[in-house]
Amino acid sequence: MSGGATIVRAGDSAIVVRFEERIDPSINARALQLGKRVASWATTGVRDIVPAFHSVTVHYDPIRTNVQHLVEQLERAVVAEEPEGMADSGRSIEIPVCYGDDLGPDLSAVASWANMSATDVVAFHSARAYRVYMLGFLPGFSYLGTVDERIAVPRLATPRVHVPAGSVAIAGPQTGVYPLDTPGGWHLIGRTPLLMFDASRSRPSLLAAGDTVTFRPMNRTEYDRFSGLRDRGHGTC
Amino acid sequence: MSGTLSVIRPGLLTTVQDGGRWGWQSSGVPVSGAMDPVSHRLANALVGNPPGSATLEVTLLGPELEFHDDRLVAVCGAEFEISVNGNGMPPQSAFPVGRGSRCRFGSRLRGARASVAISGGIAVPPVLGSRATHVTTRMGGYEGRALVAGDTLPLGKPSERERLDLPASTNALVRLPAAGPTTVRVIPGPHADRFEENAMAVLQSAPYTVTPQSNRMGYRLEGAALRSAPTRASFALSEATFHGALQVPPNGQPIVLMADRQTTGGYPVLAVVAAADIGLTAQLAPGDLVMFEHCTEQDAVSSLLAQEALLIAAEARGAA
Repeated sequence: MSGGATIVRAGDSAIVVRFEERIDPSINARALQLGKRVASWATTGVRDIVPAFHSVTVHYDPIRTNVQHLVEQLERAVVAEEPEGMADSGRSIEIPVCYGDDLGPDLSAVASWANMSATDVVAFHSARAYRVYMLGFLPGFSYLGTVDERIAVPRLATPRVHVPAGSVAIAGPQTGVYPLDTPGGWHLIGRTPLLMFDASRSRPSLLAAGDTVTFRPMNRTEYDRFSGLRDRGHGTC
Repeated sequence: MSGTLSVIRPGLLTTVQDGGRWGWQSSGVPVSGAMDPVSHRLANALVGNPPGSATLEVTLLGPELEFHDDRLVAVCGAEFEISVNGNGMPPQSAFPVGRGSRCRFGSRLRGARASVAISGGIAVPPVLGSRATHVTTRMGGYEGRALVAGDTLPLGKPSERERLDLPASTNALVRLPAAGPTTVRVIPGPHADRFEENAMAVLQSAPYTVTPQSNRMGYRLEGAALRSAPTRASFALSEATFHGALQVPPNGQPIVLMADRQTTGGYPVLAVVAAADIGLTAQLAPGDLVMFEHCTEQDAVSSLLAQEALLIAAEARGAA
């Protein structure tokens, strides 16, 4: 429609604004920036604003929202993006990970797939800074990209019934941390003692879209000590 | 006065629900809340609760509840045989219970889900601003789960008000499947251009069956396959989902996303159920037939406005 963006009505209670359909930091930054602007309007009736890889969805109550006005605001916003807003305002977050053994049961399989040692898989995984493109699937689950193609192992043929919370995993170009015990189909290479989501915190999700994440290897002793502190209620993360 | 109620038998799936946990989807938190929002609001109005008070949502097979003090109770939505200490109670209306009263759900007559409002509301602690239960993430409600026998639920302080009788016009608010296919209105969706040109026509050509793999997250349907346009990929880059989205996985069999839907998804959305018909959709049970019918956004909003006017009138009387 304008500025490479399209505004699509999604039924009578949501509007989607889409940018070019690919996974790209600058496209994602535009989506996040638009989401923040929509939030700043504090439009009556808007229930939720949900950014994704290349889009922002605005959920609204059609009874209480002036939809025509909201659409016009969106049309103006996508043609006149604020250049200073294009810079990412996300935080940098380091996530400690104990790789391999029972905490990362698929590490050796990933190493075999990549035809390298487990140590090299860990080195590749922890060398990069990853962008948080979006959250979804579960509370606090973030889609991080992109993984070095040499370790970008596809999903498991058969998903696991039980993946423990904190599991750090790879699926193709994506990596992420399971925030809850859940079924899951990604390869598990390690585990973090951090709580990725805690509804009782003022900021429940550790990560937000636009943040930058690095993984730091930790040994088992550190992991156990950190987990113990967390479980006794001293964890602040 | 605040009190409790006891769960004698839990029924198939009885959960605490309210208007939903809005505002946290960007952190991946599902909305949840009452599947049939109209029945939820009407039940609250009938017992004098503020809109949005937490109620119990009963699914297919109802519970048996014991009360410990004087309350008003209203059951709206799906019709069950309901008795209090053996005396039959009418659906879609309020009735009093007292200390030791046992409210028992019997046979299900019509619909799939009922909202049980109790004056004072269910007073479980809110999580991220809502008391709604999301079972798969164990969030909200009573310990993040469906009720089991022996649970004791906290109740809030009821408003000082006599039983409310609503005008007959409000009866039309609760919409339940009757014999034959249930007509549900849909608006073309945000990925309609990814499907074969006749996909909307195919969708409306014959009824779909609600399969047993249907739950609070979504209704998996079975019927005429909906095909992606050959030139387009059969999946879209993940983006936000929304209530009533009719998403189509590669097998062509649509899934209607409901209250507990994940916040994001990657299947293309052919059509969206009109908000005014979400409550009706929530009343479909496995094996029921649904017939989709195209409607414009304008007509969808008109229906919703008419529904809202009746609900606001009921809520205003409840607050009087």
